[in-house]
Amino acid sequence: MPVRWNVAILAACLLLYPLLFSDPFYLDIGVTFLLAAISASAWNIVGGYAGQVSVGHSMFFGVGAYAPLLFYTLFGWTPVAGIPFGIAASIVLAIVIGVPTFRLKGHYFSMATIAVAELIRIFFGTWQFVGAAIGLQGPATARGWWDLTFRSEVPYYYIFLAVLGILLGLTYAIERRRFGYSLRAIKAGERAARSLGVPVQLAKMRALVLSATFTSIAGSLYSLKTGFIDPDSGFGILISVQMVIIAALGGAGTLYGPLVGAAILIPLQTATNTWFGGGGSGLTYILYGGIIVLIARFEPGGIFELWHHIIPQRWRSKLAA
Amino acid sequence: MLLLQVIVGGLLLGAIYALFSSGLTLIWGMMNFINFAHGEFVMLGMYVALLVVLWFGGGPAVFSFASAFALFVLGVVIYGSLIRYVLRGPMLSQILSTFGLALLLRYTVFFIFSANFVSLPQTSLSGTVNVGGILMPVPQLVAGVVAIILTVGLHLLLTRTTVGSKLLAVSEDRNAAMLMGIRPDRMQALAWGLSAGAAGIAGALMATAYPWSPSVGETFGLTAFVVVALGGFGSVPGALYAGLIIGLIQAVSAFWFGPIYKDIVVYALFVVLLWLRPQGLMGKA
Repeated sequence: MPVRWNVAILAACLLLYPLLFSDPFYLDIGVTFLLAAISASAWNIVGGYAGQVSVGHSMFFGVGAYAPLLFYTLFGWTPVAGIPFGIAASIVLAIVIGVPTFRLKGHYFSMATIAVAELIRIFFGTWQFVGAAIGLQGPATARGWWDLTFRSEVPYYYIFLAVLGILLGLTYAIERRRFGYSLRAIKAGERAARSLGVPVQLAKMRALVLSATFTSIAGSLYSLKTGFIDPDSGFGILISVQMVIIAALGGAGTLYGPLVGAAILIPLQTATNTWFGGGGSGLTYILYGGIIVLIARFEPGGIFELWHHIIPQRWRSKLAA
Repeated sequence: MLLLQVIVGGLLLGAIYALFSSGLTLIWGMMNFINFAHGEFVMLGMYVALLVVLWFGGGPAVFSFASAFALFVLGVVIYGSLIRYVLRGPMLSQILSTFGLALLLRYTVFFIFSANFVSLPQTSLSGTVNVGGILMPVPQLVAGVVAIILTVGLHLLLTRTTVGSKLLAVSEDRNAAMLMGIRPDRMQALAWGLSAGAAGIAGALMATAYPWSPSVGETFGLTAFVVVALGGFGSVPGALYAGLIIGLIQAVSAFWFGPIYKDIVVYALFVVLLWLRPQGLMGKA
């Protein structure tokens, strides 16, 4: 079983990364990579497999990010206690948005998700209860291990890796089940799927709820690690865009697509930020935009398909030479 | 009297919303395609106006025409190099294409001009007129009136001319139109040119009256969605009514609740609209 070997090698690489690259700079890239991979994999369930392209997933990310710090600020609870509340709020949000928009064509869903995410972002920016434009802060130093606030990046790395592992395992299980086939049928053609007896609305809804749950967890992990959240870092449209671009770059609707996308984009982003003087110049987003346009125009299947197109050609040219 | 003043100001801004939203609704109705970069076209129209004024001088008529022309060309080029290829592709690449374009345009402008707000140097349009006790700044008045005329003009172009009939034919049935000797690709390129041109001239008109920054495109793009959703997909007259209504709602809610809430009210309206009338207020069921 060659596939199993691939998984074992990938897992070993990810597990050993902090030992091999213990420099904080590389550790930070690793943690950022994992978080991006979690968010994009979560998006992938509804955006990739079911083909319902949400461009407002930052609403779930933001809700998940605010919940832990809100409960810490209000009651002094450990931020971890806020995670389930973030998930619950995200699921409610998913249902409220999914019910009306899933009746309509895919574009409509994209538009609605952007509008709702923007609505929430602006709303949080004026809402004193959640710190308005200033946002919320977590515990400065850990009161105990249960605060999940660490100085070193290593514990975060392994927590994020565990969540990513669970999410990928779940996605793998979905791929193989009736539910996964339903989602792909919906993506290929909604009317045809319905005529074959796929419960279209229910399947889309389940996919969105599942996706929202893990996006919310990603948000919670983010705010646990940074210990700070404001409307832009939680609900900004670029957060949603990053999930879409990473999944699409690697291959939307594939198990490892988001992983591949994050492995390419995150180091690239770090490199442009270090070489060209930070995100302030907007160069990172010019790069994002360029990559998205190129994928859409030439290779909607992402890097994986590109791979299939390029490799045989190279072999052919080698054989000819 | 103050409220009346606010209402007039809202309607004048709403007229400009109507103009650029009619461009979005044209593409939508014709190709069933949502352009997520439409707000960026408006933003580019503003910067084209600024550059024309800075480099060549010239009045509002000159730079408005320049913006319309530049964006028309850009629209055609974008259709020919990008949209044509994704129109028949999967949903993901349709959405990604214009989304990526929006980021590319917004942050390229951001890179060149920085995030600072800019405004046009004072043009020949300035001062205020007093109409029955209501003070109206001349730039806003002219921009609003011109925007209404242009939107109506676009509607007439689409419904009363041969070109308009050809555009309609392509949107109704691409193959049948081809059999009638119409080239769908050319018509769709023209539609993209008109759509972007409308956005460009709307941007130039707005530039005479308001300051702006590279990030305004995002807000305008969303506003156009709301206008189109309210007015019905593909309907230019619908966009005109809806644009005026949205401008009015924004102005009044900014007046009553404070300026931060004007977008909240409009986006909330959009969400409510999605729930109640997904086909748009004036759209067909």
